[in-house]
Amino acid sequence: MSESAVPVVRVERLRKIYTMGEDRVIALGGVDLTIEPGEFLSVMGPSGSGKSTFMQIIGLLDQPTDGTYYFEGKDASNLTPDERADIRSRRLGFVFQSYNLLSRTSAVENVELPMLYAGIPEEERRRIALEKMEIVGIAQLAKHAPNQMSGGQQQRVAIARSLVNNPGLILADEPTGALDTKTSNDVMRLFKQLNNDLGMTIMVVTHELDVAKNARRIVSFRDGLIVSDKPNEQLVGVA
Amino acid sequence: MTLMATLRLALQALVRNKARSLLTMLGIVIGVAAVIVTVAIGAGARSSVQSSIAGLGANLIVVQPGSVTQGGARTGFGGASSLTPADGMAIAQLPDVAAVSPLVTLRTQVVAGGNNWQTIVNGVAPTYTFIRDWPLAQGTFFTQSDVTASAKVAVLGQTVVSQLFPDGNSPVGQTALIKGVPFTVIGVLAAKGQSGTGQDQDDTILIPYSSAMERLTGLTTVNQLMVSAATADSVDAVQAEVTKLLQTRHRIVPPENNDFQVRNLQSIAAAASSTGAVMEFLLAGVAAVSLIVGGIGIMNIMMVSVTERTREIGLRMAVGARSGTILQQFLAEAIVLSTIGGLIGVVLGVLGTSGVALLAKWPTTIPPIWIALSVGFSALVGIFFGYYPARKAANLNPIEALRFE
Ligand SMILES: Nc1ncnc2c1ncn2[C@@H]1O[C@H](COP(=O)(O)OP(=O)(O)O)[C@@H](O)[C@H]1O
Ligand SMILES: [Mg+2]
Repeated sequence: MSESAVPVVRVERLRKIYTMGEDRVIALGGVDLTIEPGEFLSVMGPSGSGKSTFMQIIGLLDQPTDGTYYFEGKDASNLTPDERADIRSRRLGFVFQSYNLLSRTSAVENVELPMLYAGIPEEERRRIALEKMEIVGIAQLAKHAPNQMSGGQQQRVAIARSLVNNPGLILADEPTGALDTKTSNDVMRLFKQLNNDLGMTIMVVTHELDVAKNARRIVSFRDGLIVSDKPNEQLVGVA
Repeated sequence: MTLMATLRLALQALVRNKARSLLTMLGIVIGVAAVIVTVAIGAGARSSVQSSIAGLGANLIVVQPGSVTQGGARTGFGGASSLTPADGMAIAQLPDVAAVSPLVTLRTQVVAGGNNWQTIVNGVAPTYTFIRDWPLAQGTFFTQSDVTASAKVAVLGQTVVSQLFPDGNSPVGQTALIKGVPFTVIGVLAAKGQSGTGQDQDDTILIPYSSAMERLTGLTTVNQLMVSAATADSVDAVQAEVTKLLQTRHRIVPPENNDFQVRNLQSIAAAASSTGAVMEFLLAGVAAVSLIVGGIGIMNIMMVSVTERTREIGLRMAVGARSGTILQQFLAEAIVLSTIGGLIGVVLGVLGTSGVALLAKWPTTIPPIWIALSVGFSALVGIFFGYYPARKAANLNPIEALRFE
């Protein structure tokens, strides 16, 4: 694959400073990181260390104060809101701690949502959505509304939704934060499977080591800086 | 997204919140229904005035005696006894005059076939049927030679026929005693129905004006001269000519002392319908205000809806909706809401209008343009009042929106 030469994400000296009146919070103090296609990494760190801020910038939901960001080889540091929206709709998938599903809309329609904004025709939307629901193992829940589902099922709907545009990168911010241990393990196993079987590039943000250990690479944040970035020893032997 | 997709999305969002959507529409529904009903009543009244005036006769000009001062007291119009059949003949010679008929009116008792009935006897010329555009149902109308001979011939209106000859036999050839004078019935008028003022126009007997003057009133003057102008455009000119002619004939200087009055039914009709139009505009103004209040209601609820759906908006943005798309979506919701409200309002308005027509026996017409206008205006109200909340939604920051509790 010629694309394999181009990293999905390459950031250099990335900084994000929030100013609230007199106060300045340095959420990211100069971060360098490269994510290659097919990687599965977790971003670890205590609360307030800048993980979410980092994910939002990588996910083109926010812009850095300074530093450079190349997404799939293209400069993404200074895009207009519409340009960022277009990349989100075509190349990025999001999974949130609180699922963020439309509660009175059927699961399959929730899964279809990103394709609506990517301009994919109706029948194709339905076909792709059902296909992705099959992959995450909830095809039988297609017609159910999210408010009739367990947390684990809802998060699977959200994961199916993140897959529909065949994104170059899936970003998950504390995806297991609202789940019990067993369900949490199931969800992380699903991510592993997506990475192994489909070669999806995945970045999971978490503050729990047990969750982070599912990834092949663990990046640790502290006070807005990366303090360690290493392969997951547990998995290296296995892989 | 395509227009259809946007509209479908809007419709889905509204259906998800049925009760609230209906309540939100209520202002628009009431506003549009009010517009339709008021306009229908106004337009109905106007067209009934128009048609009843048209029913009085084509391009009709009416000459009545003026008021006179007798011992310091002024009589009303018609008080002067100044108009004669000769005036009518002179008027008939004017250019653009199609026909003239004197009118001698008296209310009297009529006896025929063993029944009696009080009715209005009108002495007129043979031109009367043309001027009033009033055909015969049976028999013949009297002629100029009947007028010359002051013949004792009569043409009956339908109501008189049914009162005096209830058995259904043709009255033609029968004798009717009018104020004790025997007249031969030679014809029956077609039914004309009610006048604009609610009078039964068929409750009448027509006889030659000369016969009425000589045999019944004993006067040499008439109550009215009816003049029909040749065309609608010549009505004003004929009216001026008639005035000038009568001033000369009656040797009147200065003109303020006219002993007659010339009225033109076109101008009466115009005055009546412009009064109607003013009413209509006032009512439509009230209705427009209620539409605007309805629009503010929509804005209010849309603001609440945007706040409630902050996370949804954040999510839609996160998965790729541009802020313009969000703007379109909320604007579409407002427009769909107000347009459906407008359509429901039209339906209720039409129902309300037929209710008014049925219960109040009031003539109504709904000009189709007003249906289009009020639905269109509803859509505009939606755009106008939906824009602010929609822009608020579009300007949300996706990160903050997603964090919103
Ligand atoms: N919108 C914001 N405005 C101001 N400060 C913020 C904002 N978002 C995050 N921060 C601050 O930036 C730092 C990093 O936050 P965050 O990226 O959410 O950390 P984490 O996800 O690791 O808990 C924290 O000190 C937080 O208070
Ligand atoms: Mg966080």
